[in-house]
Amino acid sequence: MRQHMYTQHFGRKTRTLANTQLYCEQQRRFRAKSNVTDRSFYFEIRYRKWHPRRASECGCCVELRWKFVFSKSPELRAMSGHTVPADFSEHMLDLDEDEDLEVFTKNTSLPDGSPMPNSPSSMVNQYRLEDDDEGQEVANTKDIFVTVDHPESQVTAIETFVLYRVVTRTTRSDFDSSEYEVRRRYQDFVWLRSKLEEKHPTLIVHPLPEKFVMKGMVERFNDDFIETRRRALHRFLNKISEHPILSYSQHFQVFLTAQDLAPHRKQGPGFLSRMGETVRAVANSVRGLKSRPEEFAVMQEYVDDFSNKMCCMDKVTQRIVKEQREYVDELKQYSPTYARWGELEEDLTEPLKGMASCVVQCSKEAEEHIQHLSEVLVPALHEYVLCAETLKAVMRRRDNIQAEFEAKNEALLTRKVEQEALQEEVDVLADRMEQANNSLKGDWLRWQRSMKTDLRSAFISAAEKNVEYYEKCLAVWESFLVSQRADSSGGQEDVA
Amino acid sequence: MADSMVERGTALLRKLEINVAEAEKRTGKNTVNMQETYTVYLIEIRPAETEGGTPAAPDTLWRRYSEFELLRTYLLVTYPYIIIPPLPEKRAEFVWHKLSADNLDPDFVERRRVGLENFLLRVASHPVLSNDKIFFLFLTEEKGWRDAVLETGFQDKADSRLKSLSAMFRVKNPDKRFTALKQYSDELNSIISQLLRIRARVADRLYGVYKVHGNYGRVFSEWSAIEKEMGDGLQSAGHHMDTYAASIDDILEEEEHFADQLKEYLFYTDAVRSVCRKHELIQYELEMAAQDLVQKKQQKEELATGTVRIFSLKGMTSKLFGQESPEQKESRLAALEQSIQEGEETVKEKNTECQEFVRAAWDDIERFKEQKDKDLREALISYAIMQISMCKKGIQVWSNAKECFSKM
Repeated sequence: MRQHMYTQHFGRKTRTLANTQLYCEQQRRFRAKSNVTDRSFYFEIRYRKWHPRRASECGCCVELRWKFVFSKSPELRAMSGHTVPADFSEHMLDLDEDEDLEVFTKNTSLPDGSPMPNSPSSMVNQYRLEDDDEGQEVANTKDIFVTVDHPESQVTAIETFVLYRVVTRTTRSDFDSSEYEVRRRYQDFVWLRSKLEEKHPTLIVHPLPEKFVMKGMVERFNDDFIETRRRALHRFLNKISEHPILSYSQHFQVFLTAQDLAPHRKQGPGFLSRMGETVRAVANSVRGLKSRPEEFAVMQEYVDDFSNKMCCMDKVTQRIVKEQREYVDELKQYSPTYARWGELEEDLTEPLKGMASCVVQCSKEAEEHIQHLSEVLVPALHEYVLCAETLKAVMRRRDNIQAEFEAKNEALLTRKVEQEALQEEVDVLADRMEQANNSLKGDWLRWQRSMKTDLRSAFISAAEKNVEYYEKCLAVWESFLVSQRADSSGGQEDVA
Repeated sequence: MADSMVERGTALLRKLEINVAEAEKRTGKNTVNMQETYTVYLIEIRPAETEGGTPAAPDTLWRRYSEFELLRTYLLVTYPYIIIPPLPEKRAEFVWHKLSADNLDPDFVERRRVGLENFLLRVASHPVLSNDKIFFLFLTEEKGWRDAVLETGFQDKADSRLKSLSAMFRVKNPDKRFTALKQYSDELNSIISQLLRIRARVADRLYGVYKVHGNYGRVFSEWSAIEKEMGDGLQSAGHHMDTYAASIDDILEEEEHFADQLKEYLFYTDAVRSVCRKHELIQYELEMAAQDLVQKKQQKEELATGTVRIFSLKGMTSKLFGQESPEQKESRLAALEQSIQEGEETVKEKNTECQEFVRAAWDDIERFKEQKDKDLREALISYAIMQISMCKKGIQVWSNAKECFSKM
């Protein structure tokens, strides 16, 4: 099976492998094309920390793997699967956009069994296709565990709010300790998310539960509301910690570890830069996009449709919950009436009381069923309604980045003066655009898989619960039947 | 239910097989010469199956609902001590919203057909009612029946019965058994009405729950169009949601049958009530006759002895206006004697009537109680069977849906 990953574009500055400042992530892979030969290849880099030194000097944690892509060069094809030719460090690498992402195993040894050398000049690559287990990918590599629990109301002179306990357990070396416990309020989560979005405008950052609940009068400190929110916050942090890029964010680490978040929240571009971004975004949207690349046009269409479908699903599910609640309320009326009837009769007392008891039991099962729906399916669907909004925002930001580049590029083409300066700016924006596009593409597949897993498990759970509900009711009525037939002489034939 | 009634084996049912086979719409002129549309029901009579013989062709005739009503009124008047089986309802009541309350609705007509057959079988399996000539003619004589019924003169009794039922009177020494029975019947009426109301509301709600799942079917189907991997799973899951939503129609149709069984006993309570009322009336008449007799005897005594013990107008006027002459007194005494004798006869008659009524009524009441217990027990069992079937369907659909989701 194939493990899916995504690429990161490094931009001009980092094209020379030797001078590469690599952002260390757990697994990173990119495709590069040498400007000396016509070779292109994939390689995967696994780091755990920032290494501002040359990749070739990074001793402790570099594992380089290579895969030779089928290319035009026959020599290259012949080399496929064999040792890599010598020194790449002088090569200027043109980093391309990827087509279809492929997978590498974490095979950390050479075919002869010796351990993988860790300098680029003697990298050997072997790859194997393995069975994919999307869940395992995360589980196998998961080295950070976060929980959100113990909500507590805090009352100050100015306001009342809820603090949640956030517990982190990790084996990562960039954390000073292996266990952390901090208290965070909703605002802190909002801060974290905005920082992540700022840093990675075209990555899909999981949404937070909503600030307010529009429908119905829900107090902010109503227990159900707090519990629902707590669960959503827990999911949020877990989604972040499972994300191959976001989980290594500095802000994320600070969020999880700092006892007092306040000093960190004051830093950073903050409000003004967000304003700037908004202004630019508005300006760009006015100008309009020249044309969206095909794949993003397809993505946009999908996002719009998906958003529609999620809203429908959300509404339908909430309606079902409502109808079932009303059904149970009416159903409950049966049992006192049957009980009353049982008191009235002599010979019929027993079956009538039996009916009353059956109805009571079935109502209980129905209530449990409703509870499960509200706790599992409703939040899951609602979460993806919010995800759809996130996706739309990501698409918009990507569009804006492209628009900015196009604007500057146009200026470059039309203006006669300041050509050099403009060229510089255009290059920067071009890089930025490529980076944004690649990030999105990579994260897109990841998100889709995650969505499928999440929704599938929610639907399966809902279907299971339905089956369970009917099975329990079946048992109730069957035992009633048995007790009645035991009493009456000569039972009837079973009707299938 | 039909089988168990036939089992009870009255002479009539040993001879004949009775069915209400079909229903048909007719139009015709009614009594005020206006066009109307009504439904007629086909009654089929066959000689009961003999061993080894092929079933003979049935004798058939058509009857409309009003004729059934006429038959029942006749029976009510002629056998006031019998709990007369009820007819299916005239108009649809206790409906939940999807069912129409229209008398010409095919589902309603069908349920009514079943109810009418049930009525005929109840009468035919009754030890007393099954021997009634008019009933037999109802089953066999299409044209001449109406005249035969009217000839019995039951209409007059019908009018007086109606009057008596609505009259307010109090019995001095009520029969405890009948009082208890009336109370039971009233309470049962209230309970069953309550159950039927609840059922209608529950049916409404359950209908809503199932039908909303149909929306899932639609959304899944649309969603599957935009997904690559998930598409097939969603599509087939959506199909199961549609199946689930559609299944409620059959489920509630079956439940309607249970409601009809309850309704029969709801209407039975009216019949029980009217037997109790009839008894009260007879009792009252007996008491009145006895009281009247006592009064007359006292009057005679007064007249004979000249003492006025009880205030009476005659006594007062004679006091005020003087005694009457001995001849007058004699003739009055003689008249009173006569009256007393007649009174004693009346009391004796009424007593006998009352005793007969009580005996015959309690026979039937005991029979009814047994029938009721058996029928209701069976109804509850078949309700449980229905619920089980509904649960099995639910398990099936949702297991299938789960499989589809797993394959997503």
